[in-house]
Parts: sequence; structure tokens; C-alpha cells
Amino acid sequence: MFEIFGIPSQALFGQLLLGLINGSFYALLSLGLAVIFGMLNIINFTHGAQYMMGAFIAFMLLQYLGIGYWPALVIVPIVVGAIGIAIERLFLQRIQNLDHLYGLILTFGLALIIEGLFRNYYGSSGQPYGVPESLQGGRNLGFMFLPNYRAWVIALSLIVCFGTWFAIERTRLGSYLRAATENPTLVRAFGINVPRMVTLTYGFGVALAGLAGVMAAPIYNVSPQMGSDIIIVVFAVVVIGGMGSIMGAIVTGFALGIVEGLTKVFFPEASNTVIFAIMIIVLLVRPAGLFGRLA
Amino acid sequence: MATLANASATPARRETNWSIAVAAIAMVAFLIAAPFVLYPVFVMKALCFALFACAFNLLIGYVGLVSFGHALYFGWASYFAAYSAKAWGLQPELAVLVGTAAAALLGLIAGRIAIRRQGIYFAMITLALAQMMYLVALRVKMTGGEDGIQGVPRGRLFGVFDLNNEMTMYVFVLVVVLAAFFLIYRIINSPFGEVLKAIRENEQRAISLGYKTDDYKLVAFVLSATLAGLAGSLKALVFQLASLTDVHWTMSGEVVLMTLVGGLGTVFGPVVGAFLIVAMENYLAPFGQWVLVIQGAVFVICVLAFRRGIVGEIAARLHVRL
Repeated sequence: MFEIFGIPSQALFGQLLLGLINGSFYALLSLGLAVIFGMLNIINFTHGAQYMMGAFIAFMLLQYLGIGYWPALVIVPIVVGAIGIAIERLFLQRIQNLDHLYGLILTFGLALIIEGLFRNYYGSSGQPYGVPESLQGGRNLGFMFLPNYRAWVIALSLIVCFGTWFAIERTRLGSYLRAATENPTLVRAFGINVPRMVTLTYGFGVALAGLAGVMAAPIYNVSPQMGSDIIIVVFAVVVIGGMGSIMGAIVTGFALGIVEGLTKVFFPEASNTVIFAIMIIVLLVRPAGLFGRLA
Repeated sequence: MATLANASATPARRETNWSIAVAAIAMVAFLIAAPFVLYPVFVMKALCFALFACAFNLLIGYVGLVSFGHALYFGWASYFAAYSAKAWGLQPELAVLVGTAAAALLGLIAGRIAIRRQGIYFAMITLALAQMMYLVALRVKMTGGEDGIQGVPRGRLFGVFDLNNEMTMYVFVLVVVLAAFFLIYRIINSPFGEVLKAIRENEQRAISLGYKTDDYKLVAFVLSATLAGLAGSLKALVFQLASLTDVHWTMSGEVVLMTLVGGLGTVFGPVVGAFLIVAMENYLAPFGQWVLVIQGAVFVICVLAFRRGIVGEIAARLHVRL
């Protein structure tokens, strides 16, 4: 046991770990938002509700069908993604030529509907979801105690984030995607089915939110308002990072999670407002965001 | 902004304003008769929201700026008005002034920050700033946290009129709100308002004509925040309560809904929208969380099929300005 700036190391590293966990979710969610914004020019306000849906579907699978965490990790993103594809086909496609503020309002409405439905059946209190047996317990690293499940969440989210970055920046499919973001008409002229790509992109971005929801279920309580609580913070993360770059979204997400954790140690009163404060400073100093270009 | 403008632009722009005059007379007549037919508190609530929605409309309808955090000015103004009336014992007119001034100051600060980005980012920034101030409201002592500020005294207006009388209170609210409506109408029809519309239609061109568009946007933002604050201050006196509901993001969403339902960029749309949504919430209150689902559905339907809103639709059918 030793101290850093008068803070016991256990507390410091504990909050750092919590910050990294929060950062994992910020990164996964802002990544999904950035991917969707790139293709659809829509800020997906439903993202938080889809993350909440992910957690709830995992909870329902366990509760009603006895399907545990590991299968849920695969099933839930597919289900949430499929619902996302239906939403894109039914609603978002109809407004693609309008000002993108209508997209914001439409997805806001959808978020209200989803949250309202879950609140109707589950109230606003949280539902418990246990840590899977194989990841229970933890190990003592000497300077801190590391619960296995939290280590797993950080590792998985790093893998998923960098996998997504690789797929978009380094593969052929990703290059089509980036080209279609720049100039959809020209890419269509090359015989690539852009509308289908848009639909699948939305499905993928939403599936990421669903996956984050499953991962979050054992850490936070599964509650209908868990989505709206986090989505506004993620918006601030996106403003800070700028939505132009995939890597930017990932790095900003993790970094802000860590900053938030550190604030909890040194200045606990400000821990839940620090991200917004950083947003203000970034806007004053570098309005385009850390990784963004001004449109 | 072109599509936003198309949805809200009313045809026959050069038409004389007789249609507005007729509608205004009808509205005033309705509002004078209303407290004798409906519950005065219900009408006062709707009036406060109508002013809130009109203030919001000033930004979205005439400058094309979508603020997703207008609850910040509405809610914090109501805190300041309630606090100054209760803790400092200020007279009601001064309490309302304090609340409104606080909103103006908050609008100036938030506006300076938010105007640095456009479009979708502007909406996200205003939402984030409002959420930050919601979290502050949750923490600081002045707001009373979860309890809010309860039992705010209505007091005597100018030391003479006892506002505990429901009818006196109604007349006070009505006079203030109508005066604010008139002010908004004058603003949008002034040379300043024309510049705002020019910015909405084509900001680059407005800049090339030599207008400092950021300054115009900031002034419009502060005006909108101030009027939203006036609405919030009045609401604190009417309900003798300032609470977290009024600073929560759902309130910011609600004012978007009211304006959208009534008609973006129309003079009377926000008023109609506010009365409809407040009435809807009143009747649906027993259904609990379904209110959220229904609100969401109304949003979706409005965006997909009904972008002009009720008043916008009527105006388009009759080829008049409303």
C-alpha cells in the first residue's frame, strides 16, 4: 500500500479502472455514432435506447429462456442490429433527403417510444444481472484488486473497437464504405449497392450499441433510463473528438473515461460534469474537436 | 437549412397581414374567455408553455438553429424566480425579473459556446450544456435537489394586487405573455428579423453581404433564452414550485414537440402546439409511462408525414400567413 499525491493507491487505481470501464462504453457508443453519422448523416439519438435494449434483451434471455451471458453476447447484437435495420428501412430511409435535424428529432422520438415501453413493463427501478460464473472473482495485482469481469470488458471493447477501425480503414469493404461517405452517387455508378450498404451500416452501428448493453448489464443495473443517462455524455464525447475519424472516437472515449475516473479521486463533486466542462474548453480552443475538421 | 425552410416557409409571403390580425384577435378572445370555462391553472400552465415554445421557435423557425437544451433557461429561471421570492422575499414582479435576467445571462454564456459549431453539433452542444446544468441543479443547495423549491409565495404584484387570487394571477400571466408575444412578433418583422431569416436561408450569402452572422445568432439566442426564462419564472409563481422536471432533458424535448406539432416558423403554431400537448398530458396522466410512448409516436408521425405542423398546414391550405 503506497500513496500518490496523498491518495491511497488502491483508491486511485480503483477509480482509474472504473474510468477505463466507463471509457470502454463511451468508446463503443461514440464509435457507433460516428460510423452511422458518416454514412447516414444522422445523429442517432436512439443509440442510448438501443444500448438499453441490448442490456434488457440479455436480461430477458436469462430470465425467460435461461440463456446465459455467452450466447447473449452473440444473440443480442444480432437482434438489436436486426431491429435497427427495420428502423432504418421503415423510418430513416424516408427522411434521408431532409435537413439532418429531422433525423435527430425522429430518432429522439423513437428513443422515447422504446424507453416508454420498457418503463411500462419494468418500471424505473433496476433489474439485477449476475456476472457469468467463468468470470467471477478477480486477481490481486499487488497495487490493486482487478475483478476478472472488468478486465474482460476492457479487453473485449478494445478488440471490438480496433477490429472496427481495421475493417473500415484497412479492408476493401471499408474502402467502399469510406468512398460512399464521400460521394455516394459515384460509388453507385461503380455498381455498388449503396442503399443496402447504408442499411447494413446502421445495423452494424446499432449492433455495437447492443453489444455494449450486454457488456454493461452485469456492471450497472439494467434499467430503462440507463440509455438516456449515457447518451448525452456520449454526445459530449463526440463533440470533443469530432466525428470525422474512427480512431478519434475510440481514443477520445477511453481518454475521457480515464479523466472522469481521476476526477472522482481528486475532485469528486465534479466527476459527472467534468466531461461537459472539457467539451466547453475544447469548443473554445479548438471548435472543430480534437480530431475533427470544420465542415 | 434549405429543407427546414421549405417545411416552414409559408406561401404568399408578401400577403398583407390581415390573417395574422384575425388570428390574433381570435386568440386574445379565447384567452379572455378561457379561465371562465377551463381551470385557470391549466390555462396559465399552457400559457407559460406557449411562451416557452414561441421563444424556442424564434431560434428554430427564424434562424434555423435547433437548441436541444432550452430547459436550461426555462428551469433555471424558475429556480431563480422561486428562490428570490421565497428566500429574499422579493415582490413577484421583481422575482420574475431576477429569473428572466438569470436566463439571459445563462443564454449569453451558453450561446457564446454553442454558436462556435453549426447544425447537428449545435444541437448536441446545447443538449450537453443543459445536462451539465441539470447535474449542477441536482447538487447545489439553492435548488433544493430532489425536493425543489416548494411553497413559493406569489405575493402582491407591485405591492397592491394579491396574486393568491386565481383570477388576478391569471390576468398578470396573460398580460405578460401577450406582451411577450407582441415583442416576438415585432422582432421577427423587424430589419433584425429579416437578417435572421437571411441567415436561415443562406448563411454564406449573409456573410458575403457584410453581416456578422455570429453576432446576429448570438443576439437571437440570448433573446430566445431570456423569453424562455420569462416563461419559466411565471411558471414558478403559478405553481409556487420550481423543480428538477423543468431542467431535465425531457423538458427540452417537450418544447421541440410543441413547436413541431404547432408548426415550425409560424407565428401561432407554438401556441397551438403548447395548448395541445399540455392538454394531452393532462388527459393521459393516468396512463403513466404511455405518455412517453405517445409523445415519441407524435414526434415520429410529425417528422414523417406532417412537417408543416397544424398551423403551418392550415396556412398552406388557405394560402395565408399565420
